[in-house]
Amino acid sequence: MASLTRDDVAHLAGLARIELSDAELDRMVGELGVILDSVAKVQQAPIEGVSPMSHPMPLTNVTRPDVVRPGLTPEAALSGAPESAQQRFLVPRILDED
Amino acid sequence: MTDDLTRTTAAQLADGLADGTISSVEVTSAYLERIAAVDGAVHGYLHIDGEGALATARRIDERRAVGDRLHALAGVPIAVKDVMVTQGVPTTCGSRMLEGWIPPYDATVVSKLRAAGMPILGKTNMDEFAMGSSTEHSAYGPSRNPWDLERIPGGSGGGSSSVLASFQAPLATGTDTGGSIRQPAAVTATIGVKPTYGGVSRYGIVALASSLDQAGPCGRTVLDAALLHAVMGGHDPLDSTSIDAPMPPVVDAARAGDVRGLRIGIVKELAGEGYQPGIQARFDESVALLVELGAEVAEVSCPNFEYALAAYYLIMPSEASSNLARFDAMRYGLRVVPERVADPSAEQVMAATRDAGFGPEAKRRIILGTYALSSGYYDAYYGSAQKVRSLIARDFAAAFEQVDVLVSPTAPTTAFRLGDKLDDPMAMYRNDIATIPANLAGVPAMSLPSGLADEDGLPAGIQILAPAMRDERLYTVGAALERALIDTWGAPILSRAPELAKGA
Repeated sequence: MASLTRDDVAHLAGLARIELSDAELDRMVGELGVILDSVAKVQQAPIEGVSPMSHPMPLTNVTRPDVVRPGLTPEAALSGAPESAQQRFLVPRILDED
Repeated sequence: MTDDLTRTTAAQLADGLADGTISSVEVTSAYLERIAAVDGAVHGYLHIDGEGALATARRIDERRAVGDRLHALAGVPIAVKDVMVTQGVPTTCGSRMLEGWIPPYDATVVSKLRAAGMPILGKTNMDEFAMGSSTEHSAYGPSRNPWDLERIPGGSGGGSSSVLASFQAPLATGTDTGGSIRQPAAVTATIGVKPTYGGVSRYGIVALASSLDQAGPCGRTVLDAALLHAVMGGHDPLDSTSIDAPMPPVVDAARAGDVRGLRIGIVKELAGEGYQPGIQARFDESVALLVELGAEVAEVSCPNFEYALAAYYLIMPSEASSNLARFDAMRYGLRVVPERVADPSAEQVMAATRDAGFGPEAKRRIILGTYALSSGYYDAYYGSAQKVRSLIARDFAAAFEQVDVLVSPTAPTTAFRLGDKLDDPMAMYRNDIATIPANLAGVPAMSLPSGLADEDGLPAGIQILAPAMRDERLYTVGAALERALIDTWGAPILSRAPELAKGA
């Protein structure tokens, strides 16, 4: 398995929307390398022909009646918002200018 | 009833409250005084809600006075892990991301505690978003082990374990994704139970890894844990993974505690190298006691447990990277606007916020999970880990064809010193080696104290595992063993913990 480079980690951090500092990047490259070497052990397990398991319980789709039930008021839903206006979440611009 | 209400079991408190010899205000006040005296040194609580707890206590006392029918635990106070949302009471998950956040609703577990009339003393410390085995990853500083304040109380639920072991609450809630209830119980000589996956609602519990997370009870006796388990558990339509079936009879099992004829399997792979001699010795003695009590013991092999740690540290970060995407600086929680950017975009605000709001362990796991799920690596990592998960479930199924329960030490070592493993993530992860298989397969497990290790005098824990939906077997074995151990010790193990200096 190819080891992670500093550029790889920077790319992953971008995908995860975390702006890492240079010092954090340096540190994380080494740490992730050690962890990945260790978890790569899953590939040595006798998994040939084994089906993957995503959940501990065999579940079929769970539905409920489509009826109105009490929920949060707009005030309660907005109570933790960093900014709000006109009963809406106020967010920074979402489009690039160019 | 002992003189000191904070040293009394929850079951005894419930009896005293029911027959009117004590009031909930007296009990709650005694705990708040104890918290004021010792939590400066222990730091088990992130938030103390004295006013709210006393208001509930007064209401319960009034209702009892007029003869209302009350729940068995009505008036018995409890500490709630800070991963469970509490309406009107701050919930941080040990993270700067949620500093000062006051949730607008209650988790189902919290609603049940309130409905039972249990005063909530406060919110307990934890590793950030439940990621860790020591509470050192809490953004608000670590909790300390009452057995030795220089050592860790386990994690992520080290706040709950430390408040129980220092008599700052008779009961506490926990959540367990890879051992976060059981390992803290083991290193503090308390009791912690991870129920069958789906046995307790996850609604309103801030998710770490949704296919592994399970909430459960923490206490100082097996019966106390059972009483709390019965309050917390049961089907919840708000959690579609919650089991729609009657609760296992955990309280009856804890009261009976009869292991005659029960078949107990020792997991061969969870012993030997890496396990501290004193932990192994106490484990062997506990098994011998169970044999004396009439249980049959055999060795059982679970060959794929060897791969559990690796599979877990792929599946958990993968799910965590997805779950923690909710912290986007838009609807609640922290928002950091980058200073050096004029008119920053939502994405730039998001990235700056997630850098400032998440600690190093959360970032590590999010990035690891992002990698494991990325195309090109998905099959090699996440896909392989999910196949290993199937193998581990098969190991359990095969083992439970031979025996009724499995046993192992809970954690390979006693409590380590604060700082010892902070710079070595893999060393920290290895603490979970014996607890992880239960989460991967969804089976229930309990940790209870097995004694003190000879080499350091610190608590050792024994783990009991049962088949899915057979949680009562944990309490059968736990209660029988607890009784036999207390007979040999002459008193509950926590009576041997050092006295904490008051007002520290």
